[in-house]
Amino acid sequence: MNPDKVIEKKDRERKPDEPVKKKRKSNSYSLSIGPIHPALKEPIRFDLQIEGEKVVKVDFELSQVHRGIEWIGTRRNPVQILYLAERICGICNICHSTCFCIAVENIANIEVPARAHYLRTIHAELERIHSHILWAGVAAHELGFDSVMHYTWKIREKVLDVMEALTGNRITKGIMMIGGVRRDINEKQVPMVKEALEYYKKGFGKLESIFLKDPVIKSRTVGTGILSRHDGLALCAVGPTARASGIKKDVRQDEPYAAYSDLDVKAITPKDFLGEVKGDVFDRIVVRLLEVKQSIEIIEECLKQMPKGKILHEEKIPKLLAELRNIEGDGIGRLEAPRGEVIHYVKMVGKEAPYSWKVRAPTYNNLLPWGPMLMGEQVADVPIIAASTDPCMSCTNRAVVADGNSEKILDNEAMRRLSVEKTNALKRRLGR
Amino acid sequence: MSLKDLNRSLWVFHVNSGSCNGCDIEIVASLTPRYDIERFGMKLVGTPRHADVLLVTGPVTRDMEKKLKRVFEQTPDPKVVMVIGNCGSTGGVFYESYNLAGPVDQVIPVDVYVTGCPPRPEAIIEGVVKAWTKIEKQGEKK
Ligand code: SF4
Repeated sequence: MNPDKVIEKKDRERKPDEPVKKKRKSNSYSLSIGPIHPALKEPIRFDLQIEGEKVVKVDFELSQVHRGIEWIGTRRNPVQILYLAERICGICNICHSTCFCIAVENIANIEVPARAHYLRTIHAELERIHSHILWAGVAAHELGFDSVMHYTWKIREKVLDVMEALTGNRITKGIMMIGGVRRDINEKQVPMVKEALEYYKKGFGKLESIFLKDPVIKSRTVGTGILSRHDGLALCAVGPTARASGIKKDVRQDEPYAAYSDLDVKAITPKDFLGEVKGDVFDRIVVRLLEVKQSIEIIEECLKQMPKGKILHEEKIPKLLAELRNIEGDGIGRLEAPRGEVIHYVKMVGKEAPYSWKVRAPTYNNLLPWGPMLMGEQVADVPIIAASTDPCMSCTNRAVVADGNSEKILDNEAMRRLSVEKTNALKRRLGR
Repeated sequence: MSLKDLNRSLWVFHVNSGSCNGCDIEIVASLTPRYDIERFGMKLVGTPRHADVLLVTGPVTRDMEKKLKRVFEQTPDPKVVMVIGNCGSTGGVFYESYNLAGPVDQVIPVDVYVTGCPPRPEAIIEGVVKAWTKIEKQGEKK
């Protein structure tokens, strides 16, 4: 039915004192989804303009999860911040705390023992397995395959068991420490880790046949939500989202940290598996599944190569804090989280707390690619496309200012402007 | 309370008021096969109007305050509000943040607190059982 006609009819029925409704110019409607919506696990609001079933304009509004973490951080000492950093995001907590550690270690010139590097790598890869499998479940849920979701979450429990045995907790682990890690992996635990890896190797075949061979999943995901290589580069996509578009970008390969320089890690693109790159949702599934396999190999390699020795630069925390109280300068930590590159910037000025702490989480980069991905797609595909970048609002909503009232997508220019403004404000505060 | 008293299954609506996701994934974990509270007929529903229990995670950011209140009002009585996690119960690690309207009990009345950061799925299930008892009592009064 022509929507103009509907409005006209309504106009005829309106009461005398009611204001006249404005006529719509085009046939497009706006559809607002969220912030509390069953398809969204985290609060975010989408404002879509739709024409029939087709999405013609995309806007989204963040800030619902903004907890001011960076500001809180400037009131705590670096060891306390580790626990705060973990709670930036419960799913990728290891990567945030490690990244903060790397930044502070850079400032203080702390040398991390070799064994600790390997332990960090193992924990990071366990987390990647956990995160990617969790994502596979969410993706299945968005596609309407709840049985697959339950299956993936069932096999995910195994890695949680391993993490619990190694660190003492299932989700937030509190294992990282500036200058190393807090707990070692002992001889008794190694077989358990190996057994879990075997379990995943076996389970992988089933996941593969569910996600990569099922005709229904294929038809829902192949060709949907395409992000071209060009757009991916222009919008600075990171992590599996970028790799699925054929961009060979992986911090583990480009700028190895922890033990990755001893391991041969290559960025995985769908080309390795499918022979071509489309940049659609299916490709993102392929990349993530292959990365689970890669993580298993990395952990196995680590267990084999791990040298013996110390795991901490300084065991006594008061002593470490005293050391950190005197450092000055700024440092940057970069690492590859399950969702892409995380950057932490820390500035210390010889006080207990850092002067400034800035976190750039991968979802921040992967938000803008939503624009080209969602444009022209059907409304029903919005959840799976949005989920295909594995967005993590709690990571992103720390200091993002998104203009919710504007009609357009928040573009690079606007972001850059905000960033320049922030830099200037910081400069003023520092008196430079 | 005995099992006889349970004359219906609880339906649950989950609100994320600014959490770190830790608690949210543990809630989902308690629904999925290892812990599987779905075997009692409990499930996550898509709208608060169908729910008996509100699961709230997160310390309630200013942005989410009104929305949380609205969800609370949309849930029919008798209802139980459960807070999952330290940050919703007390503010947790975020207690001094400038952007909090919470913790949750500053915004809506809370019946059951499940603490832990995040609590284990077992703890969440125990919390649900407590909520169940509470809802029974509410029902008896009426
Ligand atoms: S209680 Fe802890 S784990 Fe749960 S949402 Fe809050 S910070 Fe995250």
